Amino acid sequence: MTAILPSHEGPSIHELELRANEMRHDIITMLEAAGSGHPGGSLSATDILAALFFANVMAYDPADPRWEGRDRLILSKGHAAPALYAAFKQVGWVREEELPTLRHLGSRLRGHPDSNVLEGVEVCSGSLGQGLAISCGIALGLALDAKRRGDTERRDLPHVWCIVGDGEMQEGSNWESLMFGAHRNLSNVTVIVDLNNLQIDGHVTDVNSLGDIDAKLEAFGWRTWRVNGHDLRRLTDTLLAAREETERPTAVVCETVKGKGVSFMEDAMEWHGVAPNAEQAKAALKELDEARANLMKEA
Amino acid sequence: MGNEATRAAFGPTLIELVNEGYDIMAVDADLAGSTTTAKLGAFDPDRLVDVGIAEQNMVGVAAGLALTGRIVFTGSFAAFGTGRCLDQIRNTVCDSRLNVKICPTHSGVTVGEDGATHQALEDIALMRTMPQMRVLVPADHFATAAAVRIAAENDGPFYIRMGRFPVPEVYDEGFKGGLPFANVVREGADLTICACGVEVSMALKAAEELAKRGISAEVIDVFSVKPLAEDVICRSAAKTGLVLACEEHSVLGGMGSAVAELLSERQPTRMGFVGMRGFGTSAPGDVLLKHFGLDEAGVLEAALALVDAR
Repeated sequence: MTAILPSHEGPSIHELELRANEMRHDIITMLEAAGSGHPGGSLSATDILAALFFANVMAYDPADPRWEGRDRLILSKGHAAPALYAAFKQVGWVREEELPTLRHLGSRLRGHPDSNVLEGVEVCSGSLGQGLAISCGIALGLALDAKRRGDTERRDLPHVWCIVGDGEMQEGSNWESLMFGAHRNLSNVTVIVDLNNLQIDGHVTDVNSLGDIDAKLEAFGWRTWRVNGHDLRRLTDTLLAAREETERPTAVVCETVKGKGVSFMEDAMEWHGVAPNAEQAKAALKELDEARANLMKEA
Repeated sequence: MGNEATRAAFGPTLIELVNEGYDIMAVDADLAGSTTTAKLGAFDPDRLVDVGIAEQNMVGVAAGLALTGRIVFTGSFAAFGTGRCLDQIRNTVCDSRLNVKICPTHSGVTVGEDGATHQALEDIALMRTMPQMRVLVPADHFATAAAVRIAAENDGPFYIRMGRFPVPEVYDEGFKGGLPFANVVREGADLTICACGVEVSMALKAAEELAKRGISAEVIDVFSVKPLAEDVICRSAAKTGLVLACEEHSVLGGMGSAVAELLSERQPTRMGFVGMRGFGTSAPGDVLLKHFGLDEAGVLEAALALVDAR
């Protein structure tokens, strides 16, 4: 058994920050080589993915991506695929030398996650507004499996994590699924909202505001937390609390910055769907390397 | 011959399959009574999920359940259970090759009095253009039972087109179908009538009338619209030299189009088309079949016109 199981005794925040820094480094490298892709939303979701994979939040087995007892991760905002691949690299599901093949013919690292070619990806995603329904279906199936096993306390119930963008919450289908998850008391599903307040056409609050998203999620019956999506300690604690909830489905609204970690990409709508050129990538990597050096100094 | 809607066999066949050991679930959208998935729910409440009036969620939840190893059948009416959730069917079910069977009922103009909004006339076109999707159109309730079984036995996405209109029995309990499958239900020499669904029995009646006029029509039930049983259709077209396609569906993109695509490539043949050329309207199903030229008389007229044009 090589599985990683949820635990409050995770690695140090310092180690997590180094892992997140490495992910950001890989994201920039990948996108530059691809010549296209989505830096902004990948960088905003990086710390969320780092917490899920490396802070002992998700149950999974690096040696067996299909392990039956694994938690399921659905990246509904599939355009953040580079962040997922960067996490997979550290898990061992993507090889270092594969990173520059992002979006190239024959690569497993497609523009949006593709379950047909890359183990660890549960389902194809990228058409927004679909991941939460899938997540609810998986959560229900896993709960029915537990019932069949006679596991009434649902001790071994795997958890389903669904990462959505805040702009994505404009899709009406999500609200069908929120209603359903609460009606069925699917306490083994958590929706993580990457609240970076940017979508292609501008700030979410300008294009079509979500209003009080926390109150709306609560009103739909989901136990809701709000957290700084770049504070790895708080993020980890909140995600673990969500995983322990037994009565209701849960939501974690993460306040994030689009393009986080690269100064000229931060909160800049022009960095939604444009890859850095060689010069820009160099500047971005220099910043990330400096941040890494500072982290090492602190240690 | 009794008259029974194709949908009648849907729920009962799901129960049969569960009893045989298939891990089947149905997800419906407030139409479980109409589609007959309620029968599966009555048999085992854990096997039916009613998501309410939310077709996009219906397909997404079905996809999720399929990802936990189940064989999942969706419901709703064909008008809503294909079009409203087309993106979910395309990008989640088909792209990920999930074991989800899209099985709405109430397809076609024979839905009747509810009118145009409730009459799916484009569903075959929508479903057959999706990569990975297989499309079955049963001609009677025996063929429905076979189609549901085939969908359960074969991994991956299927679309089964069912209706609420009672149709004459074409087959009996022994019908097995196949994949691909087209059945020559009447042999003939002068023209081929390719039909699916309710039009199979209409074509058979028209063929009787044609025989009285000295015209020998071969009638093929195109049970699987995708994949097509290419050899059966091409052989018949080569023999008769004329093909009339009849379906309770738009003439754009349906079974007739699929046959035309096949023949134009492998066996170029003069064709005619019986089908819908616009929206339906409100009236009893049999009145609409007559009104839109989809009944026995309509098929007969189209067949005579095609023979005359030779």
